[in-house]
Amino acid sequence: MKLKANIATSDNGFIFNPATGDSYTSNPIAAFILALMKTGKTDAEIKLEILNTYDVEATALERDWEDWMLQLKDANLLEAK
Amino acid sequence: MTQKLKYERPFIKKMNTGLMNKFGTQNEAETVRDINGVTVKSLVKEFGSPLFVLSEQQIRRNYRSAVRAFKTRYPKVQFAWSYKTNYLNAVCSIFHQEGSWAEVVSGFEYRKALNNGVTGEHIIFNGPQKSTDDLLLAINNNSLIHIDHFDELYTLISLCEEQNKKPRVAIRVNMDTGVYPVWDRFGFNYENGQAWSAITKVINSGKMQLVGLHCHIGTFMLSTAAYGIAAAKMSELAIQCKTVLNNPIEYLDLGGGFPSTNTLKGAYLPGVDTVPSVDDFAEVITTTLLNAGFKHEELPLLILESGRVLIDDAGYLLGSVVANKRLSDGRRSLIMDFGINTLFTSLWYDHKISPAQDASQHIDNVVLYGPLCMNIDVIRESVNLPAMEPGDNVVVHKVGAYNMTQWMQFISMRPAVVLIDENRQPHLIRKAETLEYLEMPEVSPVHLQQVKTV
Repeated sequence: MKLKANIATSDNGFIFNPATGDSYTSNPIAAFILALMKTGKTDAEIKLEILNTYDVEATALERDWEDWMLQLKDANLLEAK
Repeated sequence: MTQKLKYERPFIKKMNTGLMNKFGTQNEAETVRDINGVTVKSLVKEFGSPLFVLSEQQIRRNYRSAVRAFKTRYPKVQFAWSYKTNYLNAVCSIFHQEGSWAEVVSGFEYRKALNNGVTGEHIIFNGPQKSTDDLLLAINNNSLIHIDHFDELYTLISLCEEQNKKPRVAIRVNMDTGVYPVWDRFGFNYENGQAWSAITKVINSGKMQLVGLHCHIGTFMLSTAAYGIAAAKMSELAIQCKTVLNNPIEYLDLGGGFPSTNTLKGAYLPGVDTVPSVDDFAEVITTTLLNAGFKHEELPLLILESGRVLIDDAGYLLGSVVANKRLSDGRRSLIMDFGINTLFTSLWYDHKISPAQDASQHIDNVVLYGPLCMNIDVIRESVNLPAMEPGDNVVVHKVGAYNMTQWMQFISMRPAVVLIDENRQPHLIRKAETLEYLEMPEVSPVHLQQVKTV
């Protein structure tokens, strides 16, 4: 899934959606993921990076990934398919 | 090989615009790793989760502080531990060791007090239902029987005739103290003369010794002034007993009702900022009594039946995360291994809840559900907590009052209770319930005992 092109993110996890005016904060790992999403990496590539960087099992990450996508979708930050 | 970073589930949190909260943001997410020096993790590992934990040190500290608040202001003070607040024997024994009498409201509590070594004359027997057997036990043990209604009064008169004994009694008085609704369902009303009528009936019967007057004006009282009004009305009755009926009153029992610092649901400000202290209540009550017109040598003994204020903040509930869940409106929720059946007071309070392990500073607003398959099982509708994983622990604060008596076995069993003594040693004081315990009183008819495979 891709972030909308107009979504602004900062290194420290601040997110701004200029279309709605909504802004968000994120925890460090969310900021890490957002930065990777901005580079255009695929979900699989991002998950691999997380597994290499963070102390987490693949099953746990997969479970949280579902929730992560749901959060981005709820916040209207993802490109429509 | 480089060490990997600590993982936490990713989350984003919408920033709300608008007026700042003038009190700042409440942060309840401060980690609490131990109770009186014993780590949460070790307690859960040894005794299981969920787990009630009581601090003996805090119970004794609360008791001594409350006694000091009254005894430094008034010459004759006696506390009586309210059994219904927490009648675990270990808890009651702490209060009795400190010098507290027992205040009971049922036959089984009465017998519990006897078993805990309280002598009969130091048991106050309150409540609207006392069976004939209970009353006989109390009469024969020379306990203080607080009469709640006229039917009980007449029952007592006939029992006294049968037994040829003259028990020590008090009448419970209800009154308007400016706090509404008035608790008029217990005892005899002051304003309409019912209380005076009961007093005269007791004395004129010649069968009982009217030694005290009792009131208990409410629960979780946030007004000290109400106790001033109660103390004034009780004093007036006592003085009338002496002057009109020539029956001096030995004690005034002002009951309980002092609040803990828990935050009531719907309260604008947290309990710690709004609740009067025991000293505030003591000041109003004792000043009123001292100025009521009693001669110094005739000042009645002041009895207090406090429960909640003496134990609420000495109790903790340790629990574990069962699951994370995202609700349909985007809110995060946590399912915990304790529900409203275990934490009954979550129906009244927004309990403070802390994580018990390291967590990031990023907190999110979550709904905290219990494990029951019931929609009403909500511990907190909104609480700020960091990201947590299944198996992580939390500490629920100020749960010492009423939970360990009002808890119920429903869907899940009642958990164990541990007391941490003053030397930081944990003691199991009530085992977790089991299926065997639950089924012990059940009796299956013979024709239903054959196991059939459906």
